[in-house]
Amino acid sequence: MEWFRWQRNPWGQEILRGLSWDLVWLAIAAGLLFAVVHTLLYYWRWRLNTPAGMASKEDRTEVGGQVPERVPRHSLASRIFHWVMATSMLALLFTGFLPIFGLKFSWVTPHWISGLVLTGAILFHIIHASFWKGLASMWITLQDLRDGWLNLRQIVGLPDPAPGRTGKNPLENKLFHHVTSITTLAVIATGLLMMVKVDTPFWTRNPYLLPDDTWGVIYVLHGAASVAFITLIITHIYFAIRPEKRWITLSMIFGWIPRNRYLEHYDTERWPVTQQTVRRADRPLPKDG
Amino acid sequence: MEIKKEILELIFPKGTFEWFEITDGRSDEKNTCITLKGIRTQANGVEIGALTTLTEVINHPLIQSRYGLLAHAARRVASPQIRNQGTLGGNVSQDTRCWYYRAGMPCYRAGGNICYADTPTAANREHCLFGADRCVAVSPSDTAPALIALDAKFVIRSAKGERLVDAEEFFIGPSVDITRMTVLKPGDLLTAIRIPNTWAGARFYFEKVADRQVWDFPLVNVASAMRVENGVIKQARIVVSGVAPRPLRLKAVEDSVRGERLSEETAELAGKTAIWGAKPLNHNHFKIPLMKNLVRRAIRGA
Repeated sequence: MEWFRWQRNPWGQEILRGLSWDLVWLAIAAGLLFAVVHTLLYYWRWRLNTPAGMASKEDRTEVGGQVPERVPRHSLASRIFHWVMATSMLALLFTGFLPIFGLKFSWVTPHWISGLVLTGAILFHIIHASFWKGLASMWITLQDLRDGWLNLRQIVGLPDPAPGRTGKNPLENKLFHHVTSITTLAVIATGLLMMVKVDTPFWTRNPYLLPDDTWGVIYVLHGAASVAFITLIITHIYFAIRPEKRWITLSMIFGWIPRNRYLEHYDTERWPVTQQTVRRADRPLPKDG
Repeated sequence: MEIKKEILELIFPKGTFEWFEITDGRSDEKNTCITLKGIRTQANGVEIGALTTLTEVINHPLIQSRYGLLAHAARRVASPQIRNQGTLGGNVSQDTRCWYYRAGMPCYRAGGNICYADTPTAANREHCLFGADRCVAVSPSDTAPALIALDAKFVIRSAKGERLVDAEEFFIGPSVDITRMTVLKPGDLLTAIRIPNTWAGARFYFEKVADRQVWDFPLVNVASAMRVENGVIKQARIVVSGVAPRPLRLKAVEDSVRGERLSEETAELAGKTAIWGAKPLNHNHFKIPLMKNLVRRAIRGA
């Protein structure tokens, strides 16, 4: 297996051509392996655990009375963003990779259009997250790290205190978000640069914006980010279809989670939800909520 | 390897191939050779074996009388010596003549990331006006536009069986597959080209403009087939080559002339319609008026 594709330019120099597409299979294998290992671990150990740090039911009845039946988790804007991003991302992967593996069709135009849709969605998300949702909700706090560490020890069976309940976004969600963000920004930045090489209604192509060896680096970065997306999307879809996670997946469609799930899985102080906050759902939530 | 004729007939339909046996002169081992050549009349037209030479196509009385467009186009291919050896299948399946690609540059078509012809200083006067998609090379075939105008079907065989592909769909641009010019994949064999009766005996026009009168590829060529009744164009198929990565059927022109009187005004309109949307490179602006005039002449001269 090779990591890169090389070529010899007209001046006889060995320059990068792009990422080796063998890595696509590695990415698929990594995603599937993760799913298999996670499934095995789940049925071996996690299934037997109570929800993290769960205190007695009695401790939460006082709080539970103030919590609405349906706890808002994702605003309409967030849900629309998620599904637009998901659709454009899948369109990008299919139009980008299917021709490489033999399914030939006119892929360039749908690919760059999907890329522009993704770019628009990400711009919207950055603005929405910065000024409406609040960036703090995705910051990794010391408590997240502490709980993550306890979680890891619990997985391997070490007798430690159970980790506390999480805020709105647990550590694994935040990590996935940040890795996906970096990968998305890399694929968008390189993709927009590559767009200058094709004609669009907005401009005429200019293949000579960069020298050929620099283009090679751009192609490697674009390919690496795209291949990483294969693994990321496999793992994301894996969690989305797991039975015990279905209520989270449904919240990305309907926008809310049931009260019992909220009380079972979340720290009501780190993600406070009351009738009042429901009425103010469009405003930024305090703390990491 | 010696193969019985009966086995060959399982692979290829009867009458679509000729076969003979040869030895290398040093042993008794026989090798069976097959040739997919010959011109055969069919119920709905004519079938030409892919290995039929261009000279045979040019001189065949049936082709001359009913499909003169193809005979005319084949007559303009390369030189007499090459036409004696070169085949119809080879002419439509040939690769592009882009200098950079042929010289071994690691361009898009060769699997790279760049087009060496699409630069302000590149030698790109032979390259495309339409359909550029990273690659700007053009289809070089003279017979291809004639076959598309005649609504021919290409017979392709592979291990999976036989399939028929419209001439228009046989050629693909870089947007679909930047490393190939036709739908032929490894394992595919173009065995024959079938021309239906649809356009037999129609009014034809073929003209090729090249830097030399012989032994040269087209800068632009045009092929047209028209049905004209009482001075009115009833049906038309017009195809140009040398201006796009694949032979370009001018459907907008066909629509614009259908039902119009065969006149200078119609020809002028056709020429103007043909070049709409052309995007010249730095050194091939001349192809725009050339193409416009060839299309105009195709209408006027048919």
